[in-house]
Amino acid sequence: MRHIISVLLENEAGALSRVAGLFSARGFNIESLTVAATNDETLSRMTIVSVGNDGIIEQIVKQLDKLIDVVKVTDLTATEHIERELLLVKVDVDQNTQADIDKQIDEFSAKIVDVSEDTYVIELAGKSRKINEFLDSLDASKILEVSRTGVTGVCQRRES
Amino acid sequence: MKLNGAQILVNSLHREGVDHIFGYPGGAVLHIYDALDSQDDIMHILVRHEQGAAHAADGYARASGKPGVVLVTSGPGITNAVTGIATAYMDSIPMVVISGQVPSPLIGNDAFQEVDAVGITRSCVKHNFLIKDINKISSTIKKAFHIATTGRPGPVLIDIPKDITIAQVDEPTYADTIDMRSYQPVVKGDSGQISKAVDLIIGAKQPIIYAGGGCVIGNAYQELREFTRQLNFPITQTLMGLGAYPANDELFLGMLGMHGTYEANMAMHDSDCVIALGARFDDRITANIDKFCPTAKIIHIDIDPSSIGKNVAVDVAIVGEVKMVLQDLISALKDKKTADISTWWSLIAKWRSVDSLAYKTKEGVIKPQTVIETLYEITKGKAIVTSDVGQHQMWAAQYYHFDEPRRWINSGGLGTMGFGLPAAMGAKLAFPDMDVACVTGEGSIQMMTQELSTMLQYNTPVKIINLNNGYLGMVRQWQEFFYEKRYAMSYMEALPDFVKLSESYGHIGIKVEKEDDLKPAMIEAFKQKDRTVFLDILTDPSENVFPMIPSGAGHNEMLLAGRDKMASTNDEGLNLV
Repeated sequence: MRHIISVLLENEAGALSRVAGLFSARGFNIESLTVAATNDETLSRMTIVSVGNDGIIEQIVKQLDKLIDVVKVTDLTATEHIERELLLVKVDVDQNTQADIDKQIDEFSAKIVDVSEDTYVIELAGKSRKINEFLDSLDASKILEVSRTGVTGVCQRRES
Repeated sequence: MKLNGAQILVNSLHREGVDHIFGYPGGAVLHIYDALDSQDDIMHILVRHEQGAAHAADGYARASGKPGVVLVTSGPGITNAVTGIATAYMDSIPMVVISGQVPSPLIGNDAFQEVDAVGITRSCVKHNFLIKDINKISSTIKKAFHIATTGRPGPVLIDIPKDITIAQVDEPTYADTIDMRSYQPVVKGDSGQISKAVDLIIGAKQPIIYAGGGCVIGNAYQELREFTRQLNFPITQTLMGLGAYPANDELFLGMLGMHGTYEANMAMHDSDCVIALGARFDDRITANIDKFCPTAKIIHIDIDPSSIGKNVAVDVAIVGEVKMVLQDLISALKDKKTADISTWWSLIAKWRSVDSLAYKTKEGVIKPQTVIETLYEITKGKAIVTSDVGQHQMWAAQYYHFDEPRRWINSGGLGTMGFGLPAAMGAKLAFPDMDVACVTGEGSIQMMTQELSTMLQYNTPVKIINLNNGYLGMVRQWQEFFYEKRYAMSYMEALPDFVKLSESYGHIGIKVEKEDDLKPAMIEAFKQKDRTVFLDILTDPSENVFPMIPSGAGHNEMLLAGRDKMASTNDEGLNLV
């Protein structure tokens, strides 16, 4: 099953490689990983999407918690949470396809953030599933470049 | 007063109570060596190879319980030490390794003797640091010792660029304590879980205590003894746990696992309640995991939450220091009545009567088991015994009946050949008045003979018990059983003359070829209190370690010496190591 694991850790050099190294050394799977500093600049927030059975996810959480730099690990999937991912996609646009692309953009509430003579750069934020659906709705032969941030998430309730 | 980084480093080590450093100098650490030279509080042991430094510090730590300290230079200095660091990591040994690094401006430039020490060691240390600021030296040392010695102990590396050791600042104020928001190991067990454990314990009809290295490392042996005797439960120990509970006590069933006793493994298999204390259900212990303890409720007490439920699902998990949790269990069980387990004890007595460690002697051949029994007799079971890795390690574990903790020092997790000799040196430095023996083989010892030179320089008299059978014995045993006796590369030709070798290093060498000479030679060796003696003992090349659980088999499918046909395994088993 897919889990979103949120890790609060010391904003130290090398902290990312400790986490990445842990996943590769123990054979855990990473679907996506995002990281940035928090409002407290001494702390970073890392959001990892991984797939595994309960036993594997339990080990992932415990092994992350064991890292000295890690302050807190939360399996967001186990709580009510918000997850979002940002997509930037560059597509070919010509007279024949423009109307169709505009319609999809409208339908998914996506945003055109750059327009050139024959391309659009489109921005869309949402759940990963929504982003997948949007990409599926476009003519694959017109997609020039896809860049996704991977999932970030937050627990809905106030945490203790 | 202005001090340079090297002086602050050395002062910080002194404040942590460091009295021995095992190391080897080089360009990046010259300032640190200069600072060491102008003080007398810390003794530096100059090894002959950095791997030896890490193993010696490890042996010192295992014997004394204090963290071992290693100092090496950048590049090859630290890469040579990596095997020793990984050895300590696998067995949860407290260690602090200081490695020099090229000057900060050169980092990343492929400078002379530059490696990414923090990157290379990341997966075999509990934590590591690269010091980038001279003002953080003392606090980093404080953190390193705190991390290395608390929770589940382990090695911590501090990489320090040369320019940081040279820069000068006002002497810092050294902190006495440290608080890390990201590192707060649990000490006390959860009381709810403890009462669940109590319920299982008092209802158990076929209980067994399975104690591991955590009982030694966590100094929980007094509590372990009290707990076991309070319940009158049978107890088995892992390779790493030996000595925590006295081997000569009637409640002790011997070691369990791949080369454990018949009674210990059968009792594990048939148990209805396994109490695991500071043990991690390693594959050498569980054998085939699908056949492991099929009828038991399992209580697992460990300091490391990630050890719980990793290999085996447990019924009651208690995270905490084994020592503290045992104290709570002892008081919680005080007024409780446990179930009658006399039937269980009579079943165990039957298994015991199989006498699974019995072996046949042969005229004109020295049996390796006899050597260990003789060592036990001559030292009255009171020596510190280190070992290398292989058959001799198993025989030492089986036939030297350890009654006290921290007397049995071996590389259990990583299985590092070459560990025994430097570890013996480290143990001897920690306890100069104790007899220290290194049980080894002609394969293992050749991985570290250069340390004989260090042992002369620092006068650390150790007795080397070399079980010389001309084979890499454990490899040969597996080839005999599982590879149709194709002995690929397990035979050693052109062995050195170990007597001359040890003499050339200034020690005494004695070759023992006949069984009649064994005991007198051993007595002579231990009479030489101030000399290292190398006993090169020619032992039966065909002897195998029994009992044995072949790969893929369960605890109740052991092979016993002289009673079972040749061991066999299936394809699944051959995939395991």
